[in-house]
Amino acid sequence: MTTPAGIEIVGLTKAYGDHAVLEGVDLVVSAGTIHALLGSNGAGKTTVVKILSTLLRPDGGSAAVAGHDVVTAAARVRESISLTGQFAAVDEILTGRENLVLIAELRRIADPGGVADALLTRFDLTGVAGQRVATYSGGLRRRLDIAMSLIGEPPVLFLDEPTTGLDPQSRLEVWKTVRELAGHGTTVLLTTQYLDEAEQLADRIAVLHDGRIIADGTLAELKQLLPPTTVEYVEKQPSLEDIFLAIVGHDGAATKETR
Amino acid sequence: MTTHVVHDTDVLLRRSLRHILRSPDTIITTAVTPIAMLLLFVYVFGSAIDVGSDSYVNYLLPGILLITVASGIAYTAFRLFTDVSGGVFERFQSMPIARPAFLWGHVLTSVVANLTSLVIVVIVALLMGFRTGAGVLAWLAVLGIMVLFTLALTWLAVIPGLTAKSVDGVSGFSYPLIFLPFVSSAFVPTEGMPAPVRWFAEHQPVTPIVNTIRDLFAGQPVGGEGVIAVAWCVGLLLVAYALAMRTYRRKIT
Repeated sequence: MTTPAGIEIVGLTKAYGDHAVLEGVDLVVSAGTIHALLGSNGAGKTTVVKILSTLLRPDGGSAAVAGHDVVTAAARVRESISLTGQFAAVDEILTGRENLVLIAELRRIADPGGVADALLTRFDLTGVAGQRVATYSGGLRRRLDIAMSLIGEPPVLFLDEPTTGLDPQSRLEVWKTVRELAGHGTTVLLTTQYLDEAEQLADRIAVLHDGRIIADGTLAELKQLLPPTTVEYVEKQPSLEDIFLAIVGHDGAATKETR
Repeated sequence: MTTHVVHDTDVLLRRSLRHILRSPDTIITTAVTPIAMLLLFVYVFGSAIDVGSDSYVNYLLPGILLITVASGIAYTAFRLFTDVSGGVFERFQSMPIARPAFLWGHVLTSVVANLTSLVIVVIVALLMGFRTGAGVLAWLAVLGIMVLFTLALTWLAVIPGLTAKSVDGVSGFSYPLIFLPFVSSAFVPTEGMPAPVRWFAEHQPVTPIVNTIRDLFAGQPVGGEGVIAVAWCVGLLLVAYALAMRTYRRKIT
């Protein structure tokens, strides 16, 4: 059973011409959890997200978001979701603050300016709020992108490869944001090709391969799919990421989150 | 729902008008080509062209106004293309926004931008000696025709804006539209053209539109040609709108 804010996908199929991308995807995302959809490039992760966010029509099967069917009740679905696509969907010519105000106005929020300012503070964007987005770095852009997605506090959030192309620090910042969201009860479906990202963030992990979900469970459950653990003694070397973050002087709290 | 369309269109219109204010070069670039043609034809070729008693700048201006719109709508297509290729389009489509509002925001922006360019071109023409005996009503009639013509070409521009794969594809479609006035009564009277060319010139939309605006500026009564001009504008508008909306519906489902 799907709780009202969750996602339920049954037998979803989609083909582009002769090329079948999804061949019967089944997935249930419980409300208030982070579910990672893991898969290699071209596995169809983005297709799933596009169908769930009403941008694409499925060929077969059904999908419901927050209790609304994505085909027959698309308008209701749109009121319940927010999409952060693979590429930061920000208006380059407007400033960061204007981008936030724009989305708040389109969502008919009572105080667009106030909402924008609160998000600028929360995402540490106040310093660049008045600059055009065209001047932003990739990390800043992604942060603004996610901030824009949170306006109106939609109960379901789709994050399509939110950290692809980001430097390690920006990546940690995005992770921190996603964790906070889940803490507030938002349902998050996160696609990623980074295994460590799924491991760090997700309550449950589903693996999309050859058009189907071939594994779905908690990290512990997935680990049981493998042969029993063997104990080996290895010398712990710092990873290049540890070294990079240490020498550029990243703050300790975030560094601890890396393994 | 209707109130949503109006509200959302208003928000999106203000957004793209802000784009234009931030890059006024799009308005200037739109006006530069027609102004260059105006200068070239009036001061270089004009002395060799016999258009009867009227001064050549008076004769030429209506056609130049159409060329201004034809080059201006390339930016409309470009602004749409930028939204579609950059992901802003998908963000809007996944939000609870009235579906037609996205296009109407761009279309109304196009009308505002093109009217601004037209005002610049008319001011230059006035400096070059353009004079008109048109009264308020005639000016309003000219404005009405130009708005109809702009809307028709704008909806046409929506199609490449939504479907183009590259920036070149976006701007390329407007070149034939810019050159259509050359084979009409816009630059020279059609009487001197060889029969097949003359037939084409007199049966394509530019000629009746240009002749109607010329009559309005000259303070002369507009005859049946005015009806044909408006019919062309409205007809083109309806066809372009239907095609654009069909393209849009395919794009969003």
